[in-house]
Amino acid sequence: MQDICTCPAKRFSAVYKRGVQDIMYQIVKKRVLNPTVTLMEIEAPLVAKKAQPGQFIILRVDEDGERIPLTIADFNREQGTVTIIFQIVGATTEKLNHLHEGGFLQDFVGPLGKPTHTEDLKKVAVVGGGVGCAIAYPVAKKLHEQGCEVHSIVGFRSKDLVILKEEFKSVSHMYALMTDDGSAGEKGLVTDALRRLIESGEQYDQVIAIGPLIMMKFVTKLTKAFDIPTVVSMNPIMIDGTGMCGGCRLTVGGETKFACVDGPDFDGFLVDFDEAMARGAMYRGFERQAHEEACNLFRGRKA
Amino acid sequence: MPNMSLKKNEMPSQVPDLRSKNFLEVALGYTEEQALDEAQRCLHCKNKPCVSGCPVQVRIPEFIEKAAAGDFEGAYQVIAQSSSLPAVCGRVCPQESQCEKHCVRGVKGEPVGIGRLERFVADWHNQHAQEAPKKPASNGHKVAVVGSGPAGLTCAGDLARLGYAVTVFEALHTAGGVLVYGIPEFRLPKAIVQKEIDGLKAMGVKIETNMVIGRVLSIDELLEQGFEAVFIGSGAGLPRFMNIPGENLKGVYSANEFLTRVNLMKAYKTGSGTPIHRARKVAVVGGGNVAMDAARCAKRLGAEEVYIVYRRSEKELPARAEEVEHAKEEGIIFKLLNNPTRILGDESGSVQGIECLEMALGEPDASGRRRPVEKAGSQFTLDVDCVIMAIGTSPNPLIKSTTEGLETQKWGGIIVEEETGLTSRENVYAGGDAVTGAATVILAMGAGKTAAKAIHESLSKK
Repeated sequence: MQDICTCPAKRFSAVYKRGVQDIMYQIVKKRVLNPTVTLMEIEAPLVAKKAQPGQFIILRVDEDGERIPLTIADFNREQGTVTIIFQIVGATTEKLNHLHEGGFLQDFVGPLGKPTHTEDLKKVAVVGGGVGCAIAYPVAKKLHEQGCEVHSIVGFRSKDLVILKEEFKSVSHMYALMTDDGSAGEKGLVTDALRRLIESGEQYDQVIAIGPLIMMKFVTKLTKAFDIPTVVSMNPIMIDGTGMCGGCRLTVGGETKFACVDGPDFDGFLVDFDEAMARGAMYRGFERQAHEEACNLFRGRKA
Repeated sequence: MPNMSLKKNEMPSQVPDLRSKNFLEVALGYTEEQALDEAQRCLHCKNKPCVSGCPVQVRIPEFIEKAAAGDFEGAYQVIAQSSSLPAVCGRVCPQESQCEKHCVRGVKGEPVGIGRLERFVADWHNQHAQEAPKKPASNGHKVAVVGSGPAGLTCAGDLARLGYAVTVFEALHTAGGVLVYGIPEFRLPKAIVQKEIDGLKAMGVKIETNMVIGRVLSIDELLEQGFEAVFIGSGAGLPRFMNIPGENLKGVYSANEFLTRVNLMKAYKTGSGTPIHRARKVAVVGGGNVAMDAARCAKRLGAEEVYIVYRRSEKELPARAEEVEHAKEEGIIFKLLNNPTRILGDESGSVQGIECLEMALGEPDASGRRRPVEKAGSQFTLDVDCVIMAIGTSPNPLIKSTTEGLETQKWGGIIVEEETGLTSRENVYAGGDAVTGAATVILAMGAGKTAAKAIHESLSKK
């Protein structure tokens, strides 16, 4: 197996030829970014070929598993891999995190959603909150590659949770790190840094905000006062991801849109964040219990 | 000596009180004695009106004759010449508006139980058939099928039998389309669908799941990759909402979402990773098979009260007669001539009730059905904590928006030539719900057959 393992493309076809009826998606790299956030590079050549920043995938860890959406943090068309960065918040991400390099995912489908619109942008403020930075990064990267001046403002609760610092710096003209407790960068919220930049005279074509709903809500409130076009990336509960169930629906400008086909990017000024926050909490009870059970399952296993 | 009984042999079924708590199949199937007895009710009329009622013209009297003689395998082979999914159709076809509607026995009494016999024969074959389908010799041609629902599976099967190398691309992680995500286990056991799919694989059909055509690959790219023809059987999966206030409250589902969680993701089973709201009181808006399925699933998930809210009367209910009957037996409450106006929520944003108006039937509208007219001042509120919208679906616009030159109706149905299924794009065919809008399994199957035949004729000329 050793020689097949060196080439990702060969590894892929080796699995298929081994007689596995359905294709399984191999984890070729795993990196822990912080205690609750993990990066994985998955072998999925067809998805890698088409992926664009802003798009997402849906995966399942095992046969009884639920389908969950995760944004594509990066992709390598030559290697045929797609990178996902996820926060361990529930049963599925817990199980996902217990897989290792060389392990397989049951299902991996994409690229889904509309790519982020990056044309004609000359100066953009990219605001990332927490693990939302994983989603903001590919957009910042693409803008930078296009010659756009990228100002990155990222916020985390504390030093231990900071991720992708060097990656962001490498694609940003300006990089501002904010932490709630001041243990790294500057103490404060991303909105504090953004306000300061705007008030100091920076003229942005657009602000792109990606992070917890409450963060996006307040960034939008700020930018609306200055009338700076703002794009947010919504992350509702999803099941199929192709537009057939409407589970991911949200209200944008008084109309119902599906995040999986009309989004995930939307005009921040028009999004009903309160409704999105309420809808996102629909299965809290089940999620809590399932997460507990998954954790117990792993704790119960002998090392 | 024909059996002159005016009634069909009764279908053994799980009793309502028991079955409304489990997902096992409701109808248990005829015993051999019952099948032989029922088959004797056929008078073998010269005109065969039943055949004219069948969308794929199964040679009904012929299969019934063989069944009556105890040659169940022979009966199956007769059906198999016209239908590729007899175990499915025997269970889900609306026979009362197709073959059985024209049965002469139905004039004085009940028609012959054609559907029940088809099911018996198909199940018998599946239990007794020894040899796996053989892989036909290749004819060197490649065809792509988009969608693994009834239309796609049928098209793939017919082409594979003629030696074509067929690859079916399915967006979800399991093949089967509505047969797995829409129709519940208690109406159509998934093992039956799996058997059909295994049969196709044995014939050399490749099924690639997790492939969303229009995203990972476009139809044009499929043609560029060397597929000589493409059949689009992508269904009508886009859910319709009423756009009434409160429709985005927690606890309001499209029937598609509800059924997908329950059927495809098996949320009713403990150990499933997929959550589902186990509501106390549920209102299902709509009157078709999907509404019945959603209501009966909700009941099985433990709801105390399940309502069907439908704006016309019982006569206009589009659902299959047996589903309505079964739903009533299971205790589903039918609120007919009622239409929702808004959904009410509590402070946390969860469904608390649904406000409805009473309706009266006026003059027929464009569809020929009598138009429901509101009765002013008749508002009332149903106390529910879950609302399921089962008011119809339309084709997903993804393929149309990523395939240049593919003409569709304004509402999304792909435009095709009736006799061939050919679209406005050369070598691209379509059939099933993607063309007609939400319809039946058998119509989709018929369209798959039509297209396979046309594709074969077209590629044979090259």
